Amino acid sequence: MRALVAMSGGVDSSVAAALMLDAGYDVVGVTLKQWEGADGQMPVAGCCTLSDAEDARRVAAQLGISYYVLDYVDEFTEAVVEPFARDYLDGLTPNPCIECNRKVRFRALLDRTDELGCDVLVTGHHARIEEHEGIRRLRMAVDGTKDQSYVLHMLDQRALARVRLPVGEMTKGDVRQRAKDLGLRTASKPDSQDICFVTSGDYRDFLRGHVDGVSDPGDVVDTEGNVVGRHEGTASFTIGQRKGLGVALGHARYVVDIEPRQQRITIGRYEDLLTEGCVVGEMAFTHEPLADGDVVAVKVRYRGDPVPAVVIRDDDRWVFRFSERQPRPAPGQTLVAYDGEYVLGGGTILTDRFSDMAVR
Amino acid sequence: MADRAHGGGFYLDHAATTTMRPEAIEAVTAAWTSSFGNASGTHAVARRAKNALEDARERAAALLGTERPHDIVFTSGGTESDNLAVSGAAGSSGRRRIVVSAIEHKAVGSAARALERHGYTVSEAGCGSDGIVTPEHVEAVVDPDTAVVSVMAANNEIGTLQPITEIVAVVRERAPGAVFHTDAVQAFVGSPTSLASMGADLLSLSAHKFGGPAGVGLLATAPGVRIDPIVHGGGQEAGRRAGTSNVAGIVGMVVAMEAVERERVRFELVVGAERDAFEVTLGRLVPGLVVNGAGSPRMPHFSHVRFPALRAETILIRLDQAGVFAAAGSACQSGAVEPSHVLTAMGMTSDEAAGCVRFSFGWDAAPGDGERAALAVAEVIDRLGSV
Repeated sequence: MRALVAMSGGVDSSVAAALMLDAGYDVVGVTLKQWEGADGQMPVAGCCTLSDAEDARRVAAQLGISYYVLDYVDEFTEAVVEPFARDYLDGLTPNPCIECNRKVRFRALLDRTDELGCDVLVTGHHARIEEHEGIRRLRMAVDGTKDQSYVLHMLDQRALARVRLPVGEMTKGDVRQRAKDLGLRTASKPDSQDICFVTSGDYRDFLRGHVDGVSDPGDVVDTEGNVVGRHEGTASFTIGQRKGLGVALGHARYVVDIEPRQQRITIGRYEDLLTEGCVVGEMAFTHEPLADGDVVAVKVRYRGDPVPAVVIRDDDRWVFRFSERQPRPAPGQTLVAYDGEYVLGGGTILTDRFSDMAVR
Repeated sequence: MADRAHGGGFYLDHAATTTMRPEAIEAVTAAWTSSFGNASGTHAVARRAKNALEDARERAAALLGTERPHDIVFTSGGTESDNLAVSGAAGSSGRRRIVVSAIEHKAVGSAARALERHGYTVSEAGCGSDGIVTPEHVEAVVDPDTAVVSVMAANNEIGTLQPITEIVAVVRERAPGAVFHTDAVQAFVGSPTSLASMGADLLSLSAHKFGGPAGVGLLATAPGVRIDPIVHGGGQEAGRRAGTSNVAGIVGMVVAMEAVERERVRFELVVGAERDAFEVTLGRLVPGLVVNGAGSPRMPHFSHVRFPALRAETILIRLDQAGVFAAAGSACQSGAVEPSHVLTAMGMTSDEAAGCVRFSFGWDAAPGDGERAALAVAEVIDRLGSV
């Protein structure tokens, strides 16, 4: 049996490769080259950079496996970078890592797994895949603090059958210890936080460089539409932000809306930030689609806690009504539905404005 | 080739780096002991190094048909030689146009583009679908304001040999006084190469392409051609290339050059025959296989082929897994395979270009290697076709 291991140059995928070797697989390591600067120079900081590819290459050599860099610059630019900039202007805050997993990484790599004569695709994500009576389920990682099941919600039955997530069965501490025991250079490498195509480590710098108007000053308004201040560009704000608003009103105010095209930031009280639910598009399911009336636990941000919600289906859109009001998620972010520790599916949050659509 | 020194398998990437010739290894090793001194010094140890260096220079000059030994400038390799030629010759001319062919190695193409920042205009001479840059292609872009023309002697991807003497004639007529450079990095090992016979002003070589060590090269210059240094410092190489001389590497390169000259006929016949056998066998076993540049004069050890409906990146990985070591396009820093500007210039669609692989044989090819390699490649392609 042969395993294709997607190696990011981090400790998790390094150990994943080692574990597959232990399990008796022939192992082939690959890194996706997803991004290069306009001048053709590879980014040197952040995820998927030259130094990361070099770390992956060195680990592969140490493990005695073959290793390749696959060029996905065009696919990545088209599917992730360009929509990121465009969506932002439409008032969305996309999650590029999820878009990448959905449109580039898993799709491309699953195809490649066959082409390269491999039987399984392995990544260093912290999550588990379980099989019971022919049905595969995606489960949160053993190490809850490192769980990445959220970013893998798009894996369907076909994908789950091919993918292996060996480090999902281990705590992060055990992963690092294993890397250390093996003498891998990535053993104490810090976890990657950055968006890989944002070389400075701050996506707002990318926005400023790639999207017109986001650095233009504009009005800060309250929920009634009164101008209460000025700002230096919408790129500096995220929904729910409390600090750095440049407005002193005597009590706490939060960013409750961002309208990049109008260069307008709306601030309000905490109550104004709360919403009853949200509308989700492009839902993908690990097995069966959700049904009207299902009660599930949903996460609307990567590190957020799951909250109960009732499912209401509206053609190709799905409404999730929270059991109690929650700070509004930024449109463009991802909602993932869980049954306990098991991922049911997820999609892109379109809006939390129920009035924007007809809901039964 | 059916490997002895490469850890098993078929090494078919000699155009990237070929195996070092034993006599070159011996010469380098000996020089590291006997001529380790700094050739710029005044004492006996330095003199020994200097003597070895100048002996190597004289032998290189004789092989390349330059008038004087000091018409040879030793460098760190092909890329530096190309950069020195293009930038160094442009600097003092007062003219503003640089002409390069569309199929140059990036060492020439990018060096020329870098001059745009200094007010030069870069014009590209086109290329036919046969992989040949004709005198007409060059004639269309040179003019009296042309400072430097650079056309490679043999292309590094498909191995096609360019009509350098005819192109030089056109340049002399249309742009008198322009400096003509040829990148002979790939050509030297498999095709007679000299400044005199080609009529060029500047000629680049790189040792690791013909059995010498990597990290050494040279630029041969015609009398009266002024080149300004791009590496500044202690004034070595008659002020044209500063830096302590890599004496051992240079000695190894020149020994390899002499071996190439001695074995020219054998290389063409024996290595060429293996390449031919490889293509015949592969063509028989792989339906729809296209040999690029097949109808053009080309290097005897190159085989550049297109596998319809397959991607080179995938093919190369599957070949590697099967112990067949080949190449596609030119590898970038991270090692990803990038689309080839050469194939694009030849008019291939990106899909066609994406299915091309370069196999290149070496001086150590033995009878039967070509057919055995083709069988190994065909087996991989056959398995891929059934995915």
